[in-house]
Amino acid sequence: MTKREFVTMDGNEAVGHVAYRTNEVIVIYPITPSSPMGEWSDEYASRNIKNIWGTVPSVTEMQSEGGAAGALHGSLQTGSLTTTFTASQGLLLMIPNMYKIAGELTPAVFHVTARSLAMQGLSIFGDHGDVMATRQTGFAMLCSNSVQEAMDFALISQAATLESRIPFMHFFDGFRTSHEVVKVEMLTEDDLRAMVDDSLIVAHRARALSPDRPVLRGTAQNPDVYFQGRETVNPFYAACPAIVQKAMDKFAKIVGRQYHLFDYYGAPDAERVIVLMGSGCEAVEETVDYLNAKGAKVGVIKVRLYRPWDVASFLKAIPATTKALAILDRTKEPGAGGDPLYLDCIQALFEAGRQIGKVVGGRYGLSSKEFTPGMIKAIYDNLAAAKPKNHFTIGINDDVSHSSLEFDAEFSTESDKVVRALFYGLGADGTVGANKNSIKIIGEETDNFAQGYFVYDSKKSGSMTVSHLRFGPQAIRSTYLISKANFVACHQPIFLERYDMLKDLTSGGTFLLNTPFGAAEVWSHLPRPMQQQIIDKKLKFYVIDAVKVARESGMGGRINTVMQVCFFAISGVLPKDEAINAIKYSIKKTYGKKGDEIVQMNLKAVDNTLANMYPVTVPSKVDSTMEFLPPVPVVAPEFVRNVLGEIIAGRGDLLPVSKMPCDGTFPTATARWEKRNIALDIPVWDPAVCIQCGKCAMVCPHATIRAKVYEPVALTTAPTTFKSTDSRDRDFKATGFKFTIQVAAEDCTGCGLCVEVCPAKNKTEVKLKAINMAPQAPLRDAERTNWDFFLNLPELDRRKIKVGSIPQQQLMEPLFEFSGACAGCGETPYIKLVTQLFGDRMLVANATGCSSIYGGNLPTTPYTKNRDGRGPAWANSLFEDNAEFGLGYRLSVDKQTEFSRELVQRLAPQIGDDLVTAILNADQKDEAGIYDQRERVVALKEKIKGLNTPDAHQLQTLADMLVKKSVWIFGGDGWAYDIGYGGLDHVLASGRNVNVLVLDTEVYSNTGGQMSKSTPRGAVAKFAAGGKPAGKKDLGLIAMTYGNIYVGSVAMGARDEHTLRTFLEAESYDGPSLIIAYSHCIAHGINMTTAMQDQKAIVNSGQWLLYRFDPRRTAAQQNPLQLDSRKPTQSVESFMMMENRFKMLTKSKPEQAKLLFKMAQEDADARFRFYEYMASRKFAPEAPAVSATSTTTTAA
Amino acid sequence: MDLRTTYMGLNLKTPLVVSACQPLSDDIGKIRKIEDAGAAAVVLYSLFEEQLRLESQELDHHLAAGTESYAESLSYFPDAESYSLGPDEYLEHIRKAKDAVKIPVIASLNGSTPGGWTDFAKQIEKAGADALELNIYNIPSDINLTGAVVEQTYLDIVKAVKGAVKIPVAVKLSPFFSNMANIAKQIDDAGANALVLFNRFYQPDINLDELEVQPSVLLSTPQALRLPLRWLAILHGKIRADLAGTSGVHTAQDALKLLLAGADCTMMASALLVRGVDHLRTVEQGMREWMETHWYESVEQLQGSMSQMKCPNPSAFERAQYMRAITSFKPAV
Repeated sequence: MTKREFVTMDGNEAVGHVAYRTNEVIVIYPITPSSPMGEWSDEYASRNIKNIWGTVPSVTEMQSEGGAAGALHGSLQTGSLTTTFTASQGLLLMIPNMYKIAGELTPAVFHVTARSLAMQGLSIFGDHGDVMATRQTGFAMLCSNSVQEAMDFALISQAATLESRIPFMHFFDGFRTSHEVVKVEMLTEDDLRAMVDDSLIVAHRARALSPDRPVLRGTAQNPDVYFQGRETVNPFYAACPAIVQKAMDKFAKIVGRQYHLFDYYGAPDAERVIVLMGSGCEAVEETVDYLNAKGAKVGVIKVRLYRPWDVASFLKAIPATTKALAILDRTKEPGAGGDPLYLDCIQALFEAGRQIGKVVGGRYGLSSKEFTPGMIKAIYDNLAAAKPKNHFTIGINDDVSHSSLEFDAEFSTESDKVVRALFYGLGADGTVGANKNSIKIIGEETDNFAQGYFVYDSKKSGSMTVSHLRFGPQAIRSTYLISKANFVACHQPIFLERYDMLKDLTSGGTFLLNTPFGAAEVWSHLPRPMQQQIIDKKLKFYVIDAVKVARESGMGGRINTVMQVCFFAISGVLPKDEAINAIKYSIKKTYGKKGDEIVQMNLKAVDNTLANMYPVTVPSKVDSTMEFLPPVPVVAPEFVRNVLGEIIAGRGDLLPVSKMPCDGTFPTATARWEKRNIALDIPVWDPAVCIQCGKCAMVCPHATIRAKVYEPVALTTAPTTFKSTDSRDRDFKATGFKFTIQVAAEDCTGCGLCVEVCPAKNKTEVKLKAINMAPQAPLRDAERTNWDFFLNLPELDRRKIKVGSIPQQQLMEPLFEFSGACAGCGETPYIKLVTQLFGDRMLVANATGCSSIYGGNLPTTPYTKNRDGRGPAWANSLFEDNAEFGLGYRLSVDKQTEFSRELVQRLAPQIGDDLVTAILNADQKDEAGIYDQRERVVALKEKIKGLNTPDAHQLQTLADMLVKKSVWIFGGDGWAYDIGYGGLDHVLASGRNVNVLVLDTEVYSNTGGQMSKSTPRGAVAKFAAGGKPAGKKDLGLIAMTYGNIYVGSVAMGARDEHTLRTFLEAESYDGPSLIIAYSHCIAHGINMTTAMQDQKAIVNSGQWLLYRFDPRRTAAQQNPLQLDSRKPTQSVESFMMMENRFKMLTKSKPEQAKLLFKMAQEDADARFRFYEYMASRKFAPEAPAVSATSTTTTAA
Repeated sequence: MDLRTTYMGLNLKTPLVVSACQPLSDDIGKIRKIEDAGAAAVVLYSLFEEQLRLESQELDHHLAAGTESYAESLSYFPDAESYSLGPDEYLEHIRKAKDAVKIPVIASLNGSTPGGWTDFAKQIEKAGADALELNIYNIPSDINLTGAVVEQTYLDIVKAVKGAVKIPVAVKLSPFFSNMANIAKQIDDAGANALVLFNRFYQPDINLDELEVQPSVLLSTPQALRLPLRWLAILHGKIRADLAGTSGVHTAQDALKLLLAGADCTMMASALLVRGVDHLRTVEQGMREWMETHWYESVEQLQGSMSQMKCPNPSAFERAQYMRAITSFKPAV
């Protein structure tokens, strides 16, 4: 028997390890937080790792979870051991097949990271909403509570499904278990082999479909027999619990860990008992120990096997002494008599006639809401009450229904033997990576146990990460965030002014700060509350200029290694020298494959660190007058201040229920209040050099650099540093208009795209352009004033703007600003452009993905309003249904428009014929037409104001629909090419006037870079670790075959004027439009600052074509297809080598790269030739069609 | 007719060697063709110091960029089991080249600063290269840096590499020294087995449309031959190291001139890029014809026979000759 190793890993890796090795076919589709299980499987397969039967499993990505379930069903039916991984909406998409698989008694295991369902809002975090929505399918449900259990139960469920023939859903809590990194004992292949009975696999195969012994499944059954057929499975379900227990017992014999269907933990004579399942059990167990040590008699029942629900085992687990039972659900079933687990327990008690004095149900932990010992104690306290609150909630303040229990947030069960450390870092600085590494060092190199949990930001740029690390001599069960830290590290000095990082640091603890200030000068740079806490709590305080050390070691801004060394040096987790040696060993192990240079840099950083870290002598008095900055300016609207501001400040957990909108509706125009100040450098405008081309404003992904022209008189009250110059545009020059480019210094991300595209160079010093990057801090105050002044300058009358010319078009106000997208995002410039052109009349249906996250992730939204209060109305339905969702907008808008026109006609006598005629015949093709129609609608409303008829009342509410509405459907390639393709196809075929914008990054960006059907041949992506072997799907070409769909393919960085023209044409087309917009992405492995050069290169190489297919041209007897790309001027490979997604294949699989790159060139050549041919065809009028009748007659 | 020569102890069937040039030697098939066309040896394309230093950093940067920032996308790329970085590829290329051809394979390392990269020479040796050509090149732009310091850097690099390997080491130089002869001697003293005269560099150009400085390499012209010709002639017989002549070798006549001046072998790239590697056959044939016409029996006979030490007018290779060229110039009327 191979010796078991102790390894640090997260729940996804733990499950992936077992699932991969105990299956033959794996079908996957990315969805957070389960994606890493699929990614591990793909990586294992690409490394030719074999399963326990000595063969490499087949790993296949499908187009959706529905597709994965279908493929899985087919694979099972033909006798392969098959598995999949999913969560949340993905699991819901599998439900139809789950019924089938269970109905056919087919053994399989689905591994599910339990996650919230999208209701009033989407959440990627953990609760049991998804798994509970499948409890009726007939699947067995086995729940694991920790990373170790997740690994163990992955195996136990595999063994049990084969014997019971009932398919299993093995689930564990999303993020808390799936992403928590802890030390676990690895199951060996011997363990796996010992648990899986090969004879059961033979039996599974014997039941499989085979033409050699044909059978039939999936019959249609009728009222006479369907019912009886359903009852045939009862013996299997009856036998299942015992089979699971048998597998658990066998596992215990082999591995040593004993599990039961229901595990009781606590005082043998407990009086108060909590029943629950999932990671919360761990925190309850910890609290039980603490309370019982203080004389309480409490316990916990951990539900392992939830389905089939085994009444006898449940009852047996309840201590006879129990007087009060609290049954906790991590889900909400609105309108039910209780939540699911509660109802099951009640049923068990009732049917068995078991009398327990008090039985209550409660709800906790939705969307990974904290579940702490303080809350758990409150639940036990509730049980001690004479009349405990039933159907309670814990962890929130429910001031609406008053369901919540109060709890003591300060109550702690943390052991003195556990080192608890908090690290505040930026996503880009490597803090999380270094902490994962520290866990590995401590977990694998010492006898200590280790736990790491990581809290990320809602933004993708400039995002803060908080790492929660625990180390101790015993297994760590604290499945909640650290609130009593004995070490806090601030890796970014910018956090000082915003976050109270010391509030969670205990007295006598250690504070480590990365700062450019030395030990003697740092004190005066701390906010007052921080100084106060350092003195009051008698903290040990250390500083290091990590940026300097990292830079001098050649590591640029990556301060991870430096800060890691500091932590080990002062935390005392390990003896210092031992720790340093371990770090060095780990560096060689971690970075070795990336080359010696990177190893040497890190080793140098280790050596340089200790000499540069200094203890600070803490003064006895507070002398700072600096307070923490408010999360939003005091002038922000009330809702922004009181609700969104609290979320921004990290106090969202404290918001009571009454503060939250009851239906998920939030105001727009809120990102403008956030003022994140994340740019180190910002662009600075030089009016003397500027040619006023508008390109900088156009490419800005965050709408932080803008242009305006205005009358000179507006400058009367301009701040002294406000810059302006004469407008060079001949339309405005004559009237003496002024021109300004202004930067929102506090909102800019510092991506530098604007400087990169600026074509104007300083005549006397060519390295300077019309905009140049300069440090933000010294400019911040002045530019804040300038920005406010700029915003208050009048907007140019939209009717006077020539929208086809970029310099003028870019004067239009963007109604999408300051998104939290990655700095330099390639998608957002397109969205911003749409809002400039049509934002005041547009509705957006947004598929789930990057664009829905930076578009609608709380706390704020970048969608905003103009001075008239108009702006994009935005909603996200799901990932898979977005085209249909958007079509629904159109159907509704069209119906309401039609009805309002009917009402106008009905009310013509009261309205007056002239206005009626003008309204009904209005030409709304341009801004002037829309403006006029809005004026008419105002007049109309005024006319009917006094009318007290049902029609008039109806028309009052519908009159705005008489103004043209622009319906937009946004989504990424994962949606358009894969999961939503069927719906997209149908919507495009509908002929309705919708505008579809596909933000094509050629990969699932939001879930971390998984391959889509848009991924080009040869690109390395997750699920395509060996380079994507197949070519990219030509979505545009497919759409063109309908003939009546406007199709445009654009790349802003290659030809911005082409992009603008395409957007204008698409929107103006009274029918379906599809714009496929090439969007560079951080997932491409590129320099985001120079990403527009990548866009140029992909077009110049022919890998991406610019074209427009306009059905209106057909009517004019012109070829509808216009190929706007010129003949390729560079090779596809030369483009590919600019991007790591391709280049890394030459490093990981050089031979494969050669082959695929060659094929990619052939693809591009063939595609260009084909499009060239199609676009060059003469488009003569069609010959008269031969009628079907005459054809038939002739044939006859 | 005996065209054989030796270069750093390597026996060459002719003095015609293909010099370091990416498009000529980046593929094993091309190296086979070079051998088939009659080349006596091949210097593989250069592995740059920057590649050794930066490629590893670049890969790490792109694999880490944007990671661990947002909960849904904690990374963007699968983690490959191993990466074959530029240096690894280069070593593999040496191995494959050695397996593919019988002619000597000379590896080329290109750098300008002393440091860890010189250790890579050891790995090149292990991979089977017959010799190593060190291409030392930098543009000292610091106005406080003295020529002596610059020269010392060269010597340090040569010594470091010589200390690391047993295979012969050639040093490919630029002509831009205060006293070319002296630096040649110093490098000779530092242990170099050969000097390759001279390197061709990227030179900056200005793009008037984009107002950008665009460095690019210009292919050599036959006129470029004059520079190595002078220094081969001056150095021949005065240093122990062998001499290779390169820059401007386009025809048999060019090669012969360098041999007469003192080269042990000649190296070609530009002419082969323009005319294809089969041009080597033409050059070799041309040499044979000239030697036959002029009653030479072997290359050995003619090597260095017109060097400064052996030619009737030694001063012709020095400054006076240049002055005469100017004074003999008659402006067109």
